[in-house]
Amino acid sequence: MNREEEGKITVCRCSDVTLKEIRDLIRKGYTTLDEIKRLSRAGMGQCEGKTCRTLIMQEIAKATGKTMEEIDVPTFRPPIVTVPLKLIVEESKNEK
Amino acid sequence: MKNKAEVVIIGGGVVGCAISYELAKRGVKDIVLLERKYLTSGATGRCGAGVRQQWGTEMNLKLSIGSVKRFETLREELGYEKDIEFIQTGYFMPAYTEKQVEQFKKNIELQKKFGLKVEFLTPQDSKNVVPIVNTNGLLGATFYDKDGHCNPFHVTYAYSEAAKRLGVEINIFTEVVGIKTDGYTVKSVLTNKGKIDCDIIVNAAGGWSQIIGQMAGVKIPTYSERHQIFVTEPIEPLFRPMVMSFYHNFYTQQEPNGAILMGFGDPTEPKDFNQGHTYKFLENVTTRVIEVLPPLGKARLLRQWSGLYNMSPDKTPIIGEAPELKNFYMACGFSGHGFMISPMTSTLIAQMICGEELSIPEVKTKLDLGRFDRGELFVEPSVV
Repeated sequence: MNREEEGKITVCRCSDVTLKEIRDLIRKGYTTLDEIKRLSRAGMGQCEGKTCRTLIMQEIAKATGKTMEEIDVPTFRPPIVTVPLKLIVEESKNEK
Repeated sequence: MKNKAEVVIIGGGVVGCAISYELAKRGVKDIVLLERKYLTSGATGRCGAGVRQQWGTEMNLKLSIGSVKRFETLREELGYEKDIEFIQTGYFMPAYTEKQVEQFKKNIELQKKFGLKVEFLTPQDSKNVVPIVNTNGLLGATFYDKDGHCNPFHVTYAYSEAAKRLGVEINIFTEVVGIKTDGYTVKSVLTNKGKIDCDIIVNAAGGWSQIIGQMAGVKIPTYSERHQIFVTEPIEPLFRPMVMSFYHNFYTQQEPNGAILMGFGDPTEPKDFNQGHTYKFLENVTTRVIEVLPPLGKARLLRQWSGLYNMSPDKTPIIGEAPELKNFYMACGFSGHGFMISPMTSTLIAQMICGEELSIPEVKTKLDLGRFDRGELFVEPSVV
């Protein structure tokens, strides 16, 4: 696949990050998911990396020769699905 | 990894990376930076990204004004390919007590002397700056439109990539496990990947600065404290400035993409290294913020996280050489404000190491470690 084709493939749909951007970062030496996330914002969008995480890990594995198990994943943080802030406020009032 | 260096910098956050660049720019050869995880993995990559100049002391005004000047042209200076996203949408700081009003007015007088056109807004005028603000109980607010925020990831990588081009060796996933001294000066740094003999050590270890101090036999009175933060899904533009309330202990800002960040300083937070997250924090921050900015209730919580403030006893940084250990420099204890003043901090440390005249000469006698033993605590009235 050439660079132009890589640029047409979207890896992170929430933050609009292409395969080319991911591979460019890996080529520059950024071979951890955390670094790639911070530099490209892949995995920081609405789905919280549910789609792109594995795809990026595969790219890192290919480039570094590591197995998927050897690749560190960023800390998983709540919530699992998004929640309106006013619900948290109401819930806190109900408790009191 | 080199086994000999002129300067070893411990910590791959914005401060450590910026120091490595500033030293290399001044012609220092053989600089090695050590980072236990990856760059920005500590407080830099977890912070609220605010850049504020509305301070209440000359020292903090000089540090922050000088830093903003650098942020304005940093991308060009460092030749970074991406935008560092320095956006000046201002800081809006509401007052809810007469004492706060008085302090803010005093601050404005001092800020004016430094050329900052900070306004004191009536509750009614506040509506022009933050249309969604609830004026119940609001006595007024200060606003400065040249405060803002910047992308901590890109700033750090801009510094580290520029440093690498100047020959700095950056070693990530390299943990410092010990420091050797002869009791008079530093000798070497021990890491999980081997030993580096060196002339100078810079402790820029953020939340772990006190542990690095212990390794060198230097007692640094900093401690670490978790601060939590969250981000919402993007929503339509509702407000532009950072809203920071000392009364409620929160700060919140809508980012350019529409997502809203909210952070809260919990006064009951213990001193430790916990970087976890709690539901209690969500309640604490949302109830307070939504009281002040009610329309934000419709935003949807996306992700919460936390990082460590490296607190000093007077909530002011420690910048300088250790009094009892030669060539052991510290840039730590930023107490939650390290990112915003990193351009000046790094310049000052590089100037000290290179024997240049300091951009802010009084840093040497006012922000040094010795001030705690002398009982000369630095008092800044404007901190969360």
